[in-house]
Amino acid sequence: MKAIEDQIANKYKHGFVTDIESDTLPPGLDEDVVRHISRIKNEPEFLLNFRLKAFAHWKTLPKPDWAKLKIEPIDYQAISYYSAPKIDENAPKSLDEVDPKLLETYDKLGIPLHERARLAGVAVDAVFDSVSVATTFKDTLHKAGVIFGSFSEAAQNYPELIEEYLGTVVPIEDNFFAALNSAVFTDGSFVYIPKGVRCPMELSTYFRINAANTGQFERTLIIAEEGSHVSYLEGCTAPMRDENQLHAAVVELIAQKDAEIKYSTVQNWYPGDENGLGGIYNFVTKRGDCRGDRSKISWTQVETGSAITWKYPSCLLKGDYSVGEFYSVAVTNNYQQADTGTKMIHIGKNTKSTIIAKGISAGKSNSSYRGLVKILPSAENARNYSQCDSLLMGSTCGAHTFPYIEAKNPTAKIEHEATTSKVSDDQLFYCRQRGISEEDAVNMIVNGFCKSVFQELPMEFAVEAQALLAVSLEGAVG
Amino acid sequence: MLDIKNLHASIDNNKILNGIDLEIKAGEVHAIMGPNGSGKSTLASVLAGRSEYEITDGTVTFNGKDLFELEIEERAREGLFLAFQYPQEIPGVNNVYLLKAAVNAVRKHRGLDEFDAYDFLSLVREKIKFMEMDEKFLHRGVNEGFSGGEKKRNEILQMLMLEPKLAVLDETDSGLDIDALKVVSKGVNAMRSDERGILMVTHYQRLLDYIKPDFVHVLMNGKIVKSGDHTLALELEAKGYDWLLDAEAA
Ligand SMILES: Nc1ncnc2c1ncn2[C@@H]1O[C@H](COP(=O)(O)OP(=O)(O)OP(=O)(O)O)[C@@H](O)[C@H]1O
Ligand SMILES: [Mg+2]
Repeated sequence: MKAIEDQIANKYKHGFVTDIESDTLPPGLDEDVVRHISRIKNEPEFLLNFRLKAFAHWKTLPKPDWAKLKIEPIDYQAISYYSAPKIDENAPKSLDEVDPKLLETYDKLGIPLHERARLAGVAVDAVFDSVSVATTFKDTLHKAGVIFGSFSEAAQNYPELIEEYLGTVVPIEDNFFAALNSAVFTDGSFVYIPKGVRCPMELSTYFRINAANTGQFERTLIIAEEGSHVSYLEGCTAPMRDENQLHAAVVELIAQKDAEIKYSTVQNWYPGDENGLGGIYNFVTKRGDCRGDRSKISWTQVETGSAITWKYPSCLLKGDYSVGEFYSVAVTNNYQQADTGTKMIHIGKNTKSTIIAKGISAGKSNSSYRGLVKILPSAENARNYSQCDSLLMGSTCGAHTFPYIEAKNPTAKIEHEATTSKVSDDQLFYCRQRGISEEDAVNMIVNGFCKSVFQELPMEFAVEAQALLAVSLEGAVG
Repeated sequence: MLDIKNLHASIDNNKILNGIDLEIKAGEVHAIMGPNGSGKSTLASVLAGRSEYEITDGTVTFNGKDLFELEIEERAREGLFLAFQYPQEIPGVNNVYLLKAAVNAVRKHRGLDEFDAYDFLSLVREKIKFMEMDEKFLHRGVNEGFSGGEKKRNEILQMLMLEPKLAVLDETDSGLDIDALKVVSKGVNAMRSDERGILMVTHYQRLLDYIKPDFVHVLMNGKIVKSGDHTLALELEAKGYDWLLDAEAA
């Protein structure tokens, strides 16, 4: 943590900026900071109150302590809570200034040239013209009645929707990081799919022009009205240039009667170097609320980045016959630590959940799967199927599985399967004897292991995810 | 094409191969027989490059190259194919996917263009039909849940696709029913050519009725103790191996 503090200290050594009109707030967090953020964003009153309430609550919370993660204490007063993107004078001016290692990775991932600049955080005006793409995109959505834009825009244009739904899935009291996020979130995405509409395209932050630098406290809200359908892709497979070490996002999904939300994430933030230095701390609260009967929410995630990941996308299955799904691949290498999993809370009758979690550990990394399946007394005939598989590469890594089951209704049917396997020398030998290089053989075996999750991803995302896995596990065997 | 001279190999300090001399010329089919544990699979593994074995003496040249200078995959790309006694299962990896990666790796090495999806599939379909296998095997995981006999057929399918220069078949006939034995033999016979060498490890004379070898060798205690033509196999079938041990001791 020392490194960030230095970096933060360094960045602001030119003195504190307190002017409200300015782009950056000095490090530190108090009620004034919360008010400043709200004022800079010209937010409606209810939103300021939401933030203040969250902040007041956050102050009362003890700092979290996790058994399985080794975390240096985070100094929340050493972080600056608002920094507008344009002030970042450290941003590279052109691709020539970008770390060649990063460019090499883009190359391996097959990211088109004109995209690389944007991903590497090259100052926006120097980047290719993406406006035309974005415009056609917005037109199509507009015709369908879909609202898709930044959270800040939505707070201006659709305050009544935000007021109605914000914090109804992840209440400010939910956990330490959710409270912090609710107080100081900067921006994120907002999606609204009207009744009966099938969103005509996959929504991706990739296409949202102002997606860059939404920063460390991202807030996303997706509402699918009765009978609607949407597939949302978060992030992008390429490593992002990102100077924020602490990330604490909140994502809320709401599916009304017969609605379906598919939320896919590929996360590849900086994991730290081979020695465990640097890297992003990723603490995310993601929750989907199946509010209506026969609604469905599926989370699919491929996590290869971050030094520390703490993440449990969850589903509240309230509507009768509602369905929750969680498909996850978590890869850890070097000194990465991941503590991920899901919670499926069965409330309605005949609710059904499926959990497929695949963990791949290499190097000196550690990954834990933690899953909770909770069947409330009201959930007549609830069903859950969980499968947790771990694949170990080498002998210095670890994988741990913690399935928690609380069934309060005797009609519940819960099945759990868990396996741990190794990429075996025999398998590698077999592939190599067929002329396939060791590296390709490892990728092939790992991809085979992840197949049941990858096939849940939208096509082009799946292809990228495979390439990403290859990059993440480079040199993990042999 | 393959020249083994005085090959000694051990594993965990146990000597398994104790001076093997064997030359296989293009166009020849050799059969190796011998009791359980005599070192037949070890020889096959050493040729293919398994790192667990330590080569303590001897040389092997393959197509004029020092075999031990080549990595496992390089040997394969140079045209050395091993049909495994126990083929590995690789869950989730499509059989056809592995096959395509393998074929293209070998083609690339030979300076040929990689197959496009269409050409590749038509070839695979032709070969899988020849091996009298259902096309659904292409889309199952590599050997995943295959029966013993299905695995062996799949090995031969891979061989037909890869067109190796030297095929080492380790007990490819074990566990096959009568019909499967005929099909596998058909596959191997289809590979026989003036440019190719074949080395078959087997326990049963029966296979040699279908694939008539030019030479038969008996491996015992890590050494070739007797060589002859196909009639040697008949003799072994009748007499077993003990008489050879006595002969060697004498
Ligand atoms: N790690 C090891 N340590 C000690 N001995 C070993 C080791 N691995 C293999 N062996 C021995 O090497 C010998 C040769 O084994 P190999 O598999 O080559 O026999 P084989 O001739 O193929 O037998 P089979 O006809 O049963 O297939 C056996 O006695 C086996 O037990
Ligand atoms: Mg054997």
